[in-house]
Amino acid sequence: MLRFIVRRLLQLIPILLGLSVLLFAWLRALPGGPAQAALGERATPEAIARYNELFGLDEPILVQYLRFLGRAVRLDFGTSARTGRAVTTEFFERMPGTVELTVFALIFAVGVGIPLGYLAARRHGSWLDSTSVIGSLLGVAIPVFFLAYLLRLLFAVELGWLPGSGRQDVRMDATRITNFYVLDGLMTREWDAAWDAVLHLILPAIALGTIPLAIIVRITRASVLDVVNEDYVRTANAKGLAMSTVRRRHIIRNALLPVSTTIGLQAGLLLSGAVLTETVFAFGGVGSAIYDALFARDFALLQGFILMLAVVYVLVNLLVDISYGLLDPRVRAR
Amino acid sequence: MQPLSAMPAEPVLEVEELAVRFTRRGEQPTRAVDGVSFTVAPGETVGLVGESGCGKSVTSLAVMGLLPRRGVEVSGSVRFQGQELVGAPDATLRRLRGADMAMVFQDPLSSLNPTVPIGTQVTEVLLEHRDLSRKEATDEATGLLDKVGIPDPRRRLKEYPHQLSGGMRQRALIAMALACSPRLLIADEPTTALDVTIQAQILELLRELVVDTGTALVMITHDLGVVAGLCDRVHVMYAGKIIETADRHDLFARPRQPYTGGLLASVPRLDGGRGAPLTPIRGSARDTIPWAEGCAFAPRCDNAQDDCLTEVAGSTVSLEPDGPGRELRCRHPIQYPPSPAGATALGAAR
Repeated sequence: MLRFIVRRLLQLIPILLGLSVLLFAWLRALPGGPAQAALGERATPEAIARYNELFGLDEPILVQYLRFLGRAVRLDFGTSARTGRAVTTEFFERMPGTVELTVFALIFAVGVGIPLGYLAARRHGSWLDSTSVIGSLLGVAIPVFFLAYLLRLLFAVELGWLPGSGRQDVRMDATRITNFYVLDGLMTREWDAAWDAVLHLILPAIALGTIPLAIIVRITRASVLDVVNEDYVRTANAKGLAMSTVRRRHIIRNALLPVSTTIGLQAGLLLSGAVLTETVFAFGGVGSAIYDALFARDFALLQGFILMLAVVYVLVNLLVDISYGLLDPRVRAR
Repeated sequence: MQPLSAMPAEPVLEVEELAVRFTRRGEQPTRAVDGVSFTVAPGETVGLVGESGCGKSVTSLAVMGLLPRRGVEVSGSVRFQGQELVGAPDATLRRLRGADMAMVFQDPLSSLNPTVPIGTQVTEVLLEHRDLSRKEATDEATGLLDKVGIPDPRRRLKEYPHQLSGGMRQRALIAMALACSPRLLIADEPTTALDVTIQAQILELLRELVVDTGTALVMITHDLGVVAGLCDRVHVMYAGKIIETADRHDLFARPRQPYTGGLLASVPRLDGGRGAPLTPIRGSARDTIPWAEGCAFAPRCDNAQDDCLTEVAGSTVSLEPDGPGRELRCRHPIQYPPSPAGATALGAAR
């Protein structure tokens, strides 16, 4: 097991190297540059040259890359051109927001998706089944930003039931410890601050969780339909076990194996980019930072954020693989 | 040698005119089992024999109440220790299954839950039907695995199905079936997925159990070797109906239905000499006609004549008594000269 983990971590090195080269090249291939973005369209060539010199952007690209690499291994990605703060600091301030959002989106997707998928399968062919299949098709098909706008317009603007932007009411003036606002509120016993952070998470979590929800419903449904026809379920029934035992131990337990893989993959995806949802709800996570940085041609922040997200993605997938071994003894034995 | 069935005893299982129809929306219903009747007495081993698709497995699932409720119509009567099971509520069936009537399935790997340790799969039956603590159930399970010949049972309880060999998996399944000392055990091709040497061990194990505990055993198989080694009485099924019933010895010595004769003749024989051609039955199980139109086996039968068809004879081919302890559904059965006892046309397969 340890060797497996170490091998996977070592695989990170070539992935990150390759990604950094591509990132570096892509960003510099974008029309306009940081100087243009910072100084405006009417900036004089002299001003632009001065800006480039100041930020070391006038040097040969290879030199820029090597300098970047040398600092990056020490987790130093330079300062953001837009905010003037260290990229790493910026990341660790914003990542907790994205993590919270991902966790809430997944709680929503899993909490609704698994029961719904199970029921759809057990009432195979009923209206509930057809509705959930069509609903999950819609869920995948609706663009996230559209759904996010719709939710925000209805529940935040029109009805005013829930907050529609930010991570917490600024008037809360809550104490920050980990930058996980909900967690901070619980740790400092500032219950109202924690609750306010939760309320801020609901709409974005629903918008972000819709696609995973749709996928989880469909996978669960298909998986349960497979498993109920398995011989071992017949054996369980032949043993005269109570229906609840058959359901829990023999159907759901096995049906959730493929679902757990899906949840893991979705977790990785959500963590590494809720760009659209975060932007609509001005959520202040990693996604909206990347969105802003892209328009500001904030090279340092983009490079740092995207590389660190790649690390997060790989680590999450590693965790998923490890947990799969815990769920399925056949994988563990290997 | 007197078979155990000669002992007068209340039958454990009485199946009468059992019929199973599969109905699918927009399709003609299929009769998988069509008027099957048989009884099983305590300590008796009854074989249900036939090709794939003849309805023998569906019969066993119908007896256990394990057929899906949707799209399946079961009619007729299944009485277990006098209690009617057809149409009985689910709770009643669940109380009986695993406790008083148990089943061993064909493919031990797929019949075991891959993500649950063997131990749990054995103890869950005990905990469901008997008033035991977890500790007592584990001890009991250890004893069961030991009884069915699994070495080092304590360790095996913690293992998962994929860690066991095929033979051990089938033994584990048998242990689960026997956990509550059922009065009736149905074994649905329990040896098909196993190596020949293991097959013999499993059959021996089942035979011992019947002898030791007086459990009634219904053996479902297409393997005449299994029948020869184990069964007291045999029902040969074809296209959902019983076509011949006889004691094992009679059946092997003098098969009457041409289908039974064909089955016996198609068994490869060691004394036939190398290169001796096998004698298969013509056609395949799909070449049948509905029983309403005549004998379903007629299209493949060498003895078939015009009056095998209902149209010609004016009546369907029915199951009729055919000498002591025998029943036959055939208008032109294999004939034997009134010969001294022991002379056989085809000889016993084994």
